[in-house]
Amino acid sequence: MPSKDEIFAGVKDALVEALAVDEDEVTSEATLEGDLGAESIDLLDIVYRLEKAFDIKIERGELIPEEIVNDTTGKFVIDGKLTADGITEVRKRIPYADLTAFEKNPLVQNLATVLTVKDMCYLVEQKLGA
Amino acid sequence: MHWYWIDKFTVFESKNRAEAVKAVTLAEDHLHDHFPFAPMMPASLIIEGIAQTAGLLLYEAKGYKEKVVLAKIPKFTFHKTEVRAGDMLTYKAKLESVHDAGGVASVQVCRGEELLGEGELMFAHLGQAFAGQSLFADGDMLDMMRTFRVFDVGTNADGTKMPDPAFPA
Repeated sequence: MPSKDEIFAGVKDALVEALAVDEDEVTSEATLEGDLGAESIDLLDIVYRLEKAFDIKIERGELIPEEIVNDTTGKFVIDGKLTADGITEVRKRIPYADLTAFEKNPLVQNLATVLTVKDMCYLVEQKLGA
Repeated sequence: MHWYWIDKFTVFESKNRAEAVKAVTLAEDHLHDHFPFAPMMPASLIIEGIAQTAGLLLYEAKGYKEKVVLAKIPKFTFHKTEVRAGDMLTYKAKLESVHDAGGVASVQVCRGEELLGEGELMFAHLGQAFAGQSLFADGDMLDMMRTFRVFDVGTNADGTKMPDPAFPA
């Protein structure tokens, strides 16, 4: 299994290619959307490059749990915001993400903004260790 | 005018790769605006042809169930862009990744043995990318495949002939 440094280097390469950002912009704490300018469609590109670089498979919902954020029953989402149940469920699905700031105003559309480079490294580590 | 930027498929291997040809002719009006007295195939329309080649390959790979749109061109390099009437282009696409949300293909455009351009194209499935909005009708993509004669050359992964889904074997 690659070291943490090797994983970070691979993640950095994937993000530089997918987002056309400079290497020095890809720090551990950088957020994909806010700092690196990723749009929703870029997530698919990032997944593709991570899969190729590390020979892993990242399933739909492992970055953004779509079945939770697209809920229309009122259990997980009400008025565009995640409910307490919704936040609990999202924590289970993407345990690596720090939702502290998001929880203060849990607008569904902002969920993707919490993802960081560090989260991508954690996801890859989990996949390689599984 | 029909938005057809390839003439026919010559290879269509299910879930794997495809090749299509495009004959560039002076009968195409757009050439005469690009440029008057020096007609050349616009590079953007070459990309469109490659996207149709790769996009229909992805459409078949997902069982004809997902409408496919070109979402992003992560990288593409043209080595030459001077394509003129009389040229025969070959668009080559290989599926690199297929996901529920879309897919990625590596692609090339050649003129005979000459490599004119290469890169990667990323596609999204319309239902997820556009919240169910219908940009084109059910059946449109399958009609394109028939027009491009996919089922004349298409093969399944095991090498057997790919049937038109309207007329399964």
